[in-house]
Amino acid sequence: MLELLLKKISKMNRLLILGVGLLFVSVYFLPIWHISLDAPQYPEGLGMKIWIDKITGSSTYDLQNINLLNHYIGMHEIVSESVPELLFMPYVLGFLIFGAFVTFLHPKVYLVILGILNIVILGILGMYDFWRWEYNYGHNLNPEAPIIVPGMAYQPPLLGCKEMLNITACSFPSWGGIILFVSLGILALIVWNEKRRMDVSK
Amino acid sequence: MVLIGLGFGCKNGAATAALASDAAKRVYVAPGEKDEVYAFLSGGFSGQMSVYGIPSTRLFKIIPVFSVFPENGYGYDEETKNMLKTSHGYVPWDDSHHIEASMTDGKQDGRWLFLNANNTPRLARIDLRSFETKEIIEIPNSAGNHASPFATENTEYLMAATRFSVPIPQASIPIENFSKGDFKGTVSMVKVDPKSGRLSIELQILVPGFDYDLSHCGKGKSHDWCFFTSYNSEQAYKMIEVGASKNDKDYILAFNWVRAKQCLDQGKASNFGGEYYRNYLPENQPAISEKLSGVKMLQPKDCPGVMYYMPTPKSPHGTDVDPTGEYIVGGGKLATVIPVHSFSKLMEVKDKPEHRSGMIMDIPILKYESTLAGEVKKPCLGPLHTEFDGKGYAYTSCFVSSEVVKWELGTWEVEQHLPAYYSVGHLSIVGGSSKEPYGKYLIALNKITKDRYLPVGMELPQSAQLYDISGGKAELLSDFPTVGEPHYSQMIPAKLLMDKAAKIYPLEENKHPYAIKNEKDARVVREGNTVRVYMTQIRSHFKPDTIEVRSGDTVFFHVTNLEQDYDIPHGFAVGGAPEMPNLLIMPGQTRTFKWKAPKPGIYPFYCTDFCSALHQEMQQYIRVLP
Repeated sequence: MLELLLKKISKMNRLLILGVGLLFVSVYFLPIWHISLDAPQYPEGLGMKIWIDKITGSSTYDLQNINLLNHYIGMHEIVSESVPELLFMPYVLGFLIFGAFVTFLHPKVYLVILGILNIVILGILGMYDFWRWEYNYGHNLNPEAPIIVPGMAYQPPLLGCKEMLNITACSFPSWGGIILFVSLGILALIVWNEKRRMDVSK
Repeated sequence: MVLIGLGFGCKNGAATAALASDAAKRVYVAPGEKDEVYAFLSGGFSGQMSVYGIPSTRLFKIIPVFSVFPENGYGYDEETKNMLKTSHGYVPWDDSHHIEASMTDGKQDGRWLFLNANNTPRLARIDLRSFETKEIIEIPNSAGNHASPFATENTEYLMAATRFSVPIPQASIPIENFSKGDFKGTVSMVKVDPKSGRLSIELQILVPGFDYDLSHCGKGKSHDWCFFTSYNSEQAYKMIEVGASKNDKDYILAFNWVRAKQCLDQGKASNFGGEYYRNYLPENQPAISEKLSGVKMLQPKDCPGVMYYMPTPKSPHGTDVDPTGEYIVGGGKLATVIPVHSFSKLMEVKDKPEHRSGMIMDIPILKYESTLAGEVKKPCLGPLHTEFDGKGYAYTSCFVSSEVVKWELGTWEVEQHLPAYYSVGHLSIVGGSSKEPYGKYLIALNKITKDRYLPVGMELPQSAQLYDISGGKAELLSDFPTVGEPHYSQMIPAKLLMDKAAKIYPLEENKHPYAIKNEKDARVVREGNTVRVYMTQIRSHFKPDTIEVRSGDTVFFHVTNLEQDYDIPHGFAVGGAPEMPNLLIMPGQTRTFKWKAPKPGIYPFYCTDFCSALHQEMQQYIRVLP
């Protein structure tokens, strides 16, 4: 095991690590997650995009219109400023990119595994935080809201689709999120490949 | 469903407008699906324009143009009331006849529509992004702007000619002097700015005192020319019905507008009087009304080659140019033939003395046969207007015999008689007056309805008929009632317009001087006896929501709709306001409701356009103090 951890990775895999680092850079410019709301009264749909540092509507005025819709049921206004996580998320991504470069310069399998662990842990924390955030928005309603449906909460799904009143809310990773998943897969493949090469050489 | 072919069993290929056996299917547009064509119908004496979907014939919208419209406040509020200013004062109505679509290279380009006002000579430009009237220009030195607004091939100019000749400049002279040539007509060239669409009167040409009726401009080889019909070449002024129907031929005036522009540039036009207004509605700002005076006037004698008269039987009404630009079809409302002039022949003979039969005001009169391409013999009674399908056929409406005749260009043979119900005036084919008709649909715009619908008192619904002309024989598809008299129409394929329709006024681009873009800026400001309320609307409340003013104050409610969602206008109305109707304020728009504070009391104001679940709660109060 130790032998594997300390193994120097192949030139090809080293370049892949560099590729993963560069791929991460694109996440600054792509939305990570996408929540869409479909309802008969919005034939063109409404959507929200979560970026590494901000929340926007899918089109120019979507966020304003989602907030207008939400104010009837007493949900808080969704604005980027109300999500402090967005302030340090860019640094977390920077840390992962930094890790990729360190691994490129010091190409050992243990660093790749560390990278996987980092992404998994940050991913789990991120998803938990996202869930908590959704929970708060969906449950922590203004008691003076014009429409109060007894027992009703408006928490969007973490992943997948959910019916809320006459609105279908769908939540899926967007390009940035997909890149993170793909990167994770690439790193796992690198470790698997290194292990196989080690076994073959024995 | 009963779909029975209505045979009219006449011989001579006549009257076989069978109802298409699957007509219901062909006009059915299922819920959620969209029509293939926009039809814009002028409203005649309603002064408005209405928008229908074809083939469903569903009414989508009424666009107010020359008449006030209490439904949305057009012509009443501080933003749009200046649109209806004229040299005669505020004229809140007109008689709107002809719709022209803007064209590039003779093809519809979907930018603007233009509409004439006959009563108080005016021209309007309607923007096809917002479907709103953006500009109205008055035509000076004109009485009855009927032969208008017909566009040149690239919408360089719109033509506008006088229906009622009068003394120009106006003077109180004996009416008998009409016969002595003291009455005149004018042809106006209204320039259209190619980028902004802004209108200006570039030139007027003084013409003999006939009644100029209709016009169409050339295309392709006849690009430089426009053709105007005229009646009452007798210059009768009493019992015109008889007096103006004596001559066997009246005239189509062939007008070379490129030549006229040349003469203008050479300084051959002189300064002439005439006061007129030009009213323009900048994007989401109050209309700007300018009072202008004086035009450049050209006399035909100073510009040889600018005009020719082509005799045309008998009291010609429509003049229509086929898609190739070669044929000029006259519609002699008392004629027994449909005369077709040839543009090539006109070019060949116009300056040869042997082809002339006289002059009127230095305008040569050509011989009838010299420019004639052919005649459609005995087509019907009272041929009026012709449109083209782009496949070599022409369709002419016949008022007296209440039918549409289909005939072939070149052979001049009648192919089909289509009964219309009743007394059809104009016709419209999709793109039928352009260089590239889209063909397929034709509507007959009728003057009288009689027994087509359930009776609704003495005034029956106005009516139009839809025909499918895509196959060999035209087939009737449906009847539909219209708003006002469906005088003329332009039909435009939906794909040219639907994707560029404006959805909101972006709030950040709102440059209205009294706009506020945030609820925090909502306030009431007093300036002496004037009170300005800077108000916002958003689902489902106003800010400020309670207001106090003093009896006798002039109160301006400057209301901005903060919504930025498609189809969320808010309304604004104040209880018992005597001079203002409702306002509909579009998302991101600012409009102003002017109110004289009445006797002390509490007055409600509220949203009139059902906007949301809490629309009924979108209401508040104004307290009027003594």
